[in-house]
Amino acid sequence: MSSVNTTAHSVVEPTATSKRIAGAIVILYALVTMVPLAWIFLTSIKSPPDSISYPPKIVFTPTLEGYCNLFTTRTRQTPDYIQSLPPPTGTCDEITRSRNMVIAGPSNYWPRFGNSLLIAFGSTFLAVSLGTLAAYGFSRFRVPLADDLLFFILSTRMMPPIAVAIPIYLMYRQLGLSDTALGMILLYTAVNVSLAVWLLKGFIDEIPREYEEAAMIDGYTRLQAFWKVVLPQATTGIAATAIFCLIFAWNEYAFAVLLTSGSAQTAPPFIPTIIGEGGQDWPAVAAGTTIFLVPILVFTIILRKQLLRGITFGAVRK
Amino acid sequence: MLARSTPAAIAIQVRGLSDRAIAWLFITPAIALLLAINIFPLIWAVYLSFTNFRANRPNAEVEGVGLRNYQRVLNDPDIWIAMQTTAHFVFWTILLQTAIGFALAYLIDRKFRGHAFWTTVILIPMMLSPAVVGNFWRFLYQPQIGLFNYIVSFFSGIAPSSFEMLGSVTLAPWAIIIVDTWMWTPYVMLICLAGLRSIPDYIYEAAEVDRASAWRQFWSITVPMALPFIMLAVLFRGIENFKMFDMVMLLTGGGPGSTTEVASITLKREAFESWLTGRSSAFAIILFVAVFGLANVYVKALNKVKQR
Repeated sequence: MSSVNTTAHSVVEPTATSKRIAGAIVILYALVTMVPLAWIFLTSIKSPPDSISYPPKIVFTPTLEGYCNLFTTRTRQTPDYIQSLPPPTGTCDEITRSRNMVIAGPSNYWPRFGNSLLIAFGSTFLAVSLGTLAAYGFSRFRVPLADDLLFFILSTRMMPPIAVAIPIYLMYRQLGLSDTALGMILLYTAVNVSLAVWLLKGFIDEIPREYEEAAMIDGYTRLQAFWKVVLPQATTGIAATAIFCLIFAWNEYAFAVLLTSGSAQTAPPFIPTIIGEGGQDWPAVAAGTTIFLVPILVFTIILRKQLLRGITFGAVRK
Repeated sequence: MLARSTPAAIAIQVRGLSDRAIAWLFITPAIALLLAINIFPLIWAVYLSFTNFRANRPNAEVEGVGLRNYQRVLNDPDIWIAMQTTAHFVFWTILLQTAIGFALAYLIDRKFRGHAFWTTVILIPMMLSPAVVGNFWRFLYQPQIGLFNYIVSFFSGIAPSSFEMLGSVTLAPWAIIIVDTWMWTPYVMLICLAGLRSIPDYIYEAAEVDRASAWRQFWSITVPMALPFIMLAVLFRGIENFKMFDMVMLLTGGGPGSTTEVASITLKREAFESWLTGRSSAFAIILFVAVFGLANVYVKALNKVKQR
């Protein structure tokens, strides 16, 4: 698989040919990895019969049925009853009737998606706020046992989430936090804050202390110096950390599936439970998946530079 | 005393909160939260592992049972099989992801036209939710109608309905390894790329002057210099895959039989289906200690490589 050119050419400035070959292989790999994602989108705009046809269809008539089924719950009715109804009120109504069904009400998809938004953004905001403060504290003041403390905090992430979920489950049952958005926000904050402190300490360490000291000589208190001098300097690092926390909270499944069941359930445990008549309704599942993936896709493309450091645990400083 | 301090130090002492107060004020909230939701449950889990408590019977009498839970876990053949399954997954996913990831990083480092754009495209799978995407892979793996089976049969001529990726004892582990590799190869690639970019050009230039072949340069400069980064990627992936849960749960649920039952799935079954809270806590602690120990040994090795 490795493509080392055995001809003597410079590694520093590869020849045009070797660049072209390298490019071709990378592009081929990229296209292959995109196939499942393309298929998710294509399936979301197929009708249920088209989605399970053999051979798999690439050419088909697109329909919004998957999205309609995702957003609604439906009941089956007799054709006579459907004939007797007033004319359909929209595309979804029409599609549903053509399948001899009527829309009974909205599905749980948007509430679950809303939970995902609330919990992901809430926990990210908290983790980054607490993380920034603690990182500044660790960076600028001598805290006894700071390094050991940080390392221990980070090592708790080595626990399988299920292992932590047992006592959390019991604790939340006592405190009335099970299946609440607040409980999930606090949990995700706790999981993320150790990483946030770690990353942010790295960023704040790079901001010279002289800036604050100069500001303090000019009459700022330390709090003002922190707020007006350090924070603006750390925005890039804070953004990188926030993205990382957000992606974790957005994608998390294990805690969510064990600790939420209804009112605070997020989208990842909900999407696999979308069923139609006779098993999984794949166009609807694909539609739910597509909507859920879009924000992250946009994120990845816009913010890939900031992501680099977050993903690699601050190991990559370029 | 004040006369010998710097002006800045005086300014700090004179106005506003003292530094000590600020240090406490800033660090306490984060630590308090971690103690409440990270450390305290951990201690509770340790306590529970020495009792016969069952979470579905919160009002029953709780008795201390000493080390019995640990004894039972370590003598349970199913647990050892789950550990083997986990090790099997960790080994193959790391091997494949490191090989493909490093190769890709090496090729991207040739800096062909458009490499930045294609790097971003390759990164996409790892940003997505393993649960949500893993769930969809079940559809791709359907025999007969699934795209995966169709593509395999298109290139190999095997009938698409003749093999079940998720239903066969031999293929199910590979179904999971394929999805995991698809998702996480970009991650290894990214770290390897950082490693390759950290090698200064002048080393290669010196090798050029010495007439070292490209092959020779690759094995005596590129690989050794990038090794600490490769090892770092292996560490992160190893820890993550030791905890593997989402994808396995949604693709096979541990089946068929228990061929893909990894440690986390066993843990979930013990804790949330059999409700053996004490035993599952003991298993959780054993897992944690094992990963923590292995990771520490590994980090020591990594530091040795770095110092070379």
